[in-house]
Amino acid sequence: MNDEIKMQQIHRRKRLYEAIFFGLFRIMGFMVVLILGFILCFITMKGIGVMSWEFITASPTDGLTKGGIFPAIVGTMCLIAGSMIFAFPIGVLSGIYTTEYAKTGKWVKFIRLMTNNLSGVPSIVFGLFGMSLFVNTLGFGDSILAGSLTLGLLVLPVVIRTTEEAILSIDDSFRHGSLALGATKLQTINRVVLPMAFPNIITGLILSIGRVSGETAPILFTVAAYFLPQLPTSIFDQVMALPYHLYVIATSGTNIEASRGIAYGTALVLIIIVLTLNLAANVIRNYIQKKIK
Amino acid sequence: MINVENINFYYGKFHALQNISMGMEANTITALIGPSGCGKSTFLRLFNRMNDLIPDTTLTGTVSIGGVDIYQKNVLVDDLRKRVGMVFQKPNPFPKSIFENVAYGMRVNGMNNKKIIAEKVEQALKHAALWDEVKDKLKKSAFAISGGQQQRLCIARALAVEPDILLMDEPASALDPISTSKIEELMFQLKEDYTIVIVTHNMQQAARVSDHTAYFYMGELIEYGETKKIFTNPDKKSTQNYVTGRFG
Repeated sequence: MNDEIKMQQIHRRKRLYEAIFFGLFRIMGFMVVLILGFILCFITMKGIGVMSWEFITASPTDGLTKGGIFPAIVGTMCLIAGSMIFAFPIGVLSGIYTTEYAKTGKWVKFIRLMTNNLSGVPSIVFGLFGMSLFVNTLGFGDSILAGSLTLGLLVLPVVIRTTEEAILSIDDSFRHGSLALGATKLQTINRVVLPMAFPNIITGLILSIGRVSGETAPILFTVAAYFLPQLPTSIFDQVMALPYHLYVIATSGTNIEASRGIAYGTALVLIIIVLTLNLAANVIRNYIQKKIK
Repeated sequence: MINVENINFYYGKFHALQNISMGMEANTITALIGPSGCGKSTFLRLFNRMNDLIPDTTLTGTVSIGGVDIYQKNVLVDDLRKRVGMVFQKPNPFPKSIFENVAYGMRVNGMNNKKIIAEKVEQALKHAALWDEVKDKLKKSAFAISGGQQQRLCIARALAVEPDILLMDEPASALDPISTSKIEELMFQLKEDYTIVIVTHNMQQAARVSDHTAYFYMGELIEYGETKKIFTNPDKKSTQNYVTGRFG
């Protein structure tokens, strides 16, 4: 009799724990959605007021308190494109090297260690490094080139790591099938491994674009201009960039109170750009995935 | 056709194949049987040098095909694999269309002529007894057909490069009985043009399809001879125990 009561208690306790922890997981899960939703709503509500055709197509005027943010949009786009042109091929190729060619051994361990360390370096350090190497030593000056290279370095570890994981997730049976037909290793990588890994490699691209478009510190000393109404004509020009522009008008503009609305508008535009690029990359990824299946 | 002399093969320090010598004639089917881990798959993979892909392995002795030592320095592995096709245990079609799967081997070997590729794809699919089932959906993904069809597609893919030898590593072990019997039927037909070496766990299958059978146990070749003899009147006790299902 006593035992039976004890068993019942244990059962009840088990079920209680089950309920408590599941509830906790669920709340935490929804919390993420809630936080993101809150940020989006907040920025949208505060920023939608200044949205207009002029805002996204004109240059700032009146000491950054009026006008638009067109040069900063263009600048950020240039930096995204520039850094990807640099980081994507290098990252993907080195990911292929470590997974398909080097595989095991001291060199790979060393490269992995360096990749991990690189991703742990604070972005302001990248900014200083970029200034010292690209701007001064190599003489690129404050320019799209210097900024893109610096941002490219920053996201290189992300690209390498996602490439590695994408390639490692492909079963060896596909490689063996190809090699057994007389294909060389390079042909196998080109025709079988990479097409299969590509959708996941795109994930790395998405993450990098998000990172690149939002970083301020690395562009601070390498490319960003405080106010530059004309558009760049070469990769050696300076540009305005959305995150830096946001920082400027929110902290050190001529009239911070008057430019508050513009600051939220800038943030909204930045978020829209990142989300749009993510969406586009997702569409491409799904398209490829469908094509190879 | 295939000649193996004094083969020893090691995975690290593990002695996986011990002092094996045997020969296989052209246009015959040789079955390699034996319990798991006996070395029969390792032995099979010697002939297209797939073991080269496994790090830390050592091989001594000679393997020659058509009189040429295939482990000589001047033998190009991709050329060898063109002549020695392989079908794997699990169907492993590429995530491409049915057509492109069969064309793959030709393409990587430098064939660009669309007309010839199309002809040979059809021929290979017919040869693999798959043409009638897939001729209307050549552009469909190879993943969209059944496992048995996929395995015949893999056979067609191997045939399309026109090898002399076809290695089959338990080609029917992942398939249902109907697909299995289709593949066995196919092997009879293929024998006319190819030399086939098949690893199988299925004793009846070995007895049904092969001309010669080699029984491996713990890395050694215990007995090798005509299939009929191996299954009805083997010389060794161990062979008899295995083929009658008393162990393994």
